[in-house]
Amino acid sequence: MTTAPLPLAEQFQHGLQAPICLTWELTYACNLSCVHCLSSSGRRDPRELTTAECMAVIDELQRMQVFYVNIGGGEPTVRPDFWALVDHATGHDVGVKFSTNGVKITPEVARRLAGRDYVDVQISLDGATPEVNDAVRGRGSYEVALRAMRNLADAGFAGFKISVVMTRHNVGQLDVFKAIADRFGAQLRVTRLRPSGRGADSWNELHPTVGQQRELYDWLVAHGTDVLTGDSFFHLSGYGAALPGLNLCGAGRVVCLIDPVGDVYACPFAIHPSFLAGNVRDPGGFAGVWQHSELFSDLRRPQAGGACESCSAFGSCRGGCMAAKFFTGLPRDGPDPECVRGHGEQALAAAASAPAPRPSPDHSHRTAPYRTGERQPVPLTLSVRPPVSAHPPVSGRPPVSACNVNPLAGFIPER
Amino acid sequence: MACAASTKPVGQFDLDAPWQLDAQVRVRPEAFGALLYHFGTRQLSFLKSPALLAVVRSLGAQPSARAACTAAGVQAEDLMRYAHALQTLAASRMICERETR
Repeated sequence: MTTAPLPLAEQFQHGLQAPICLTWELTYACNLSCVHCLSSSGRRDPRELTTAECMAVIDELQRMQVFYVNIGGGEPTVRPDFWALVDHATGHDVGVKFSTNGVKITPEVARRLAGRDYVDVQISLDGATPEVNDAVRGRGSYEVALRAMRNLADAGFAGFKISVVMTRHNVGQLDVFKAIADRFGAQLRVTRLRPSGRGADSWNELHPTVGQQRELYDWLVAHGTDVLTGDSFFHLSGYGAALPGLNLCGAGRVVCLIDPVGDVYACPFAIHPSFLAGNVRDPGGFAGVWQHSELFSDLRRPQAGGACESCSAFGSCRGGCMAAKFFTGLPRDGPDPECVRGHGEQALAAAASAPAPRPSPDHSHRTAPYRTGERQPVPLTLSVRPPVSAHPPVSGRPPVSACNVNPLAGFIPER
Repeated sequence: MACAASTKPVGQFDLDAPWQLDAQVRVRPEAFGALLYHFGTRQLSFLKSPALLAVVRSLGAQPSARAACTAAGVQAEDLMRYAHALQTLAASRMICERETR
């Protein structure tokens, strides 16, 4: 006699021997300063894993039978040992898909990549036009991404990915994104904007409107498995039929993140001490963190759905994204901030009085990025130094500095 | 050995042919069954029961898929369900017909 197996999503709630989808951010260094960067990247962290440490992690992933990793950053290709690490991974049964803004994808690199079996490339593009893209990713980034795509296509790299974060300004461009992907023989991937990293500061103005969420859902349903989503829109399943994919929050169960300094977080959208499970430099290594950390054990226990459990959509949306709730100040058993039934807006209004947790650490460049359409006057006051008279001192006039060695300092010739 | 292109019509699984896992496929056992990953197609598949895993693992050593099912203890009334699962795996190139000479 056989019994019907539990649905996979149920099985996955209890966790797996090893992650299915492991994101590994190799560096916090980045040439860009995207306003929604999940990892607040910009500056390299001096504690970054060394080449030898990265290779040891790869060997461990091979032992755990993690079949592929999603490498990102920061901009991973700016690590001088990036290609050596890719070679080491693919030589050890760990396939690589890496995300890049395209800055290092020269014709020569593209030709080398096209000859590889176990390497996939994902170019980030957040607008189908330079105006929309560069407002989020920085001036010139559209041209860099398109040049990388041309190089890959010219080199015969079929099926590379074009990855788009859905914002208020690009939902209306979905068909154009698809046309760009088709033109290069690439596959379109669209993912959800999270209020994580610098996204915490841009989410309010960038996340799709209620009407756009519906438009996006209908578009995704119409395109089925032609368009990848990284399973990131399961909160939209409340509209009707579930989208392709597992439709569950995999944090700590099937998904996790290794950051550039070896810290292991529950998911790529949850870089915050509350979701830190351990470090690959710990005595048990990555396997020890995955299998025994308190945080991951907790996430693998049945989760309370709170008031959402009484909602007819709960079976498909499962309460939505843990990280999106956390960084908008909503409780873990509360609704998703973008709940399609409108419960998120009410919860956000109720939570508005208390400040939401701030993402940390922050590796942002210390200089402000150029942002299209946001050129504002610099507030400064020009003043004319009033004539100096020996005494009495006039308030507002800088005193003669003790360091002023000019023998004429303070001397005003009489007229 | 990589899979040869199949000449069989889609939707028809030949239980009496010899089968094998594709050489580019790796298997990771899990409590629910197993994960299969094909390094060539970069596709992931799930085997949703330990019994199906046992069948898939023994394919290469058995003279036919039917024999692999029998060896794994699959009952006659369940055979078509397993054939359907194997057909799905064949369609995604996870398993392929073994060339015999």
